[in-house]
Amino acid sequence: MFARLSAGVAVICLLSAPALAQGAAKPTDPQIAHIAYTAGQLDIEAAKQALAKSKNKEVRDFADDMVRDHTEVNKQALALVKKLNVKPEDNDTSRGLTKQAAAKLAKLNGAAFDKAYVANEVAYHKTVNGALESTLIPSANNGELKSLLQTGLKIFQGHQQHAEHVSADLK
Amino acid sequence: MTPRWISLAFVFSSGLLSVSAHAETIQVTVDKLVFTPAEVSAKVGDTIEFVNKDNLVHNAKATNGDWTVNIPPKQSGKAVLKKTGTVDYFCTFHPNMKGRVTVAP
Repeated sequence: MFARLSAGVAVICLLSAPALAQGAAKPTDPQIAHIAYTAGQLDIEAAKQALAKSKNKEVRDFADDMVRDHTEVNKQALALVKKLNVKPEDNDTSRGLTKQAAAKLAKLNGAAFDKAYVANEVAYHKTVNGALESTLIPSANNGELKSLLQTGLKIFQGHQQHAEHVSADLK
Repeated sequence: MTPRWISLAFVFSSGLLSVSAHAETIQVTVDKLVFTPAEVSAKVGDTIEFVNKDNLVHNAKATNGDWTVNIPPKQSGKAVLKKTGTVDYFCTFHPNMKGRVTVAP
């Protein structure tokens, strides 16, 4: 229980601070691209960890979906930054993201891992969706980047609901 | 002998005609995670076809369990509607994608 809570909380803390805090300078398009891409990569890594550790079919199917969708979205993101000739820029938010929950989940196994992974997926998508809605989409200047983020938001809202269903089934 | 052949041929062809007159294909487009139109009407025997414009894998699962259609990226998937009634469906990968089909006799 503690591990599950702390994993979720760690992600939330990292994403909300400090670059996304109210009053902070608006992220630039290259920073936004980097944040969005990094968030996707981390979810792919979490899913790969789940595929290596979990034996639960529903959890594995969910992880497969995450790898597939986030790989596709990031492929589109990379194509767009190339087209726009933008160099994704490292920043506090994306750096913070990279230090998150994987290490804590690595210590868990079996049903405890499944529950913690799925709970973390719910919390993670909720946080990323909140950041997209409140900061990243309104801050994006380029129309194509904004549009990709808006489609991404719909996809990730779907993932959040999917994760919530899986979480309810695990109880 | 001849009249029988004629009547048989007539029954056969009219049967074909009645099937082709009723069995329509109703298209629903999937674009940026939205089913359009979100609500469609059909008749028993019609086919519902989902045309996926996204690069993502989707599906359409009837909440009553009658059918699930896989909709690969940039492809389409279809199901024959065999029962009357109003059926809600959703994408299991992205449950925020929802639609409804009302099937009349």
